[in-house]
Amino acid sequence: MKTTVSTEVVVLLAGLLFALGIVGVIIRKNIIFMLLSVEIMLNASGLAFVAAGSRWGQPDGQVMFVFILAMAAAEVSIGLALILQIYHQHKSLDIDNLKEMNG
Amino acid sequence: MEIAFYVAGTVALVATLMVITRHNPVHALLYLNVSLLAHAMLFYLLGASFAALLEIIIYAGAIMVLFIFVVMLLNLGKETAEQERKWLKPKVWMGPTVLAAVLFAEFLALVLSSGQDAYSPAVVSPRELAVALYREYLIGVELAAMLLMAAVVGAAHIGRHKKLVLHRFLREEKEKEEEKHEETVL
Repeated sequence: MKTTVSTEVVVLLAGLLFALGIVGVIIRKNIIFMLLSVEIMLNASGLAFVAAGSRWGQPDGQVMFVFILAMAAAEVSIGLALILQIYHQHKSLDIDNLKEMNG
Repeated sequence: MEIAFYVAGTVALVATLMVITRHNPVHALLYLNVSLLAHAMLFYLLGASFAALLEIIIYAGAIMVLFIFVVMLLNLGKETAEQERKWLKPKVWMGPTVLAAVLFAEFLALVLSSGQDAYSPAVVSPRELAVALYREYLIGVELAAMLLMAAVVGAAHIGRHKKLVLHRFLREEKEKEEEKHEETVL
């Protein structure tokens, strides 16, 4: 079972997934969907790292993927706790309702 | 086996597209799960079997369960889907999509301008990964541990609610404390 892939295709796939993640963050008003889109972007960058690691046959790409995974887990736990608090205080997940923070 | 790679890539793309366009949060989560499994397949085909394993166990298993828990806790259902349908108009998503497409076109041109580079991925075994992780990247592992601990403490702190209904023992204690406080103030 031998797979032959070209680097451009993998990198383009990662770029396309990342672009979809960006679009998701921008067009959605529900904060849960924005968090999901951030996950998509993290995954896309992980794919790029793994592809680079496999190109040179080195473990570094997978090491970076493990770090991205740890970071994503930390980010999701904090983000979901914040979402729960926001919902309890505003009874809504619409990010426009949070403008009292006055950025 | 190239065909497997292209199929998995297409599945990942379509599932991701569905994630960002669904109205119902649960449907989006299920599509994201499919997308993550397709990612795992891609990792496996790229020779990163351990990364594929982690993708399934941690991402599709643990992180998705967190999301599903929150969606269930917040009781997001039909009303949310209705609201999303109202929010997601072509007028809203047209501009950002075009801009992101422009950025992607730039990226496409950049990647395609470099030469063709086909290779067959070498399998990087978990053993090599572990050696690299605990030798060259030891500091990174320790920092990741600290990050995870900070996340746990932060999530516990942020997610804490003020108890409105106190247990009767706690209520008595609180009343006593308040009395004492009043006495000292007087």
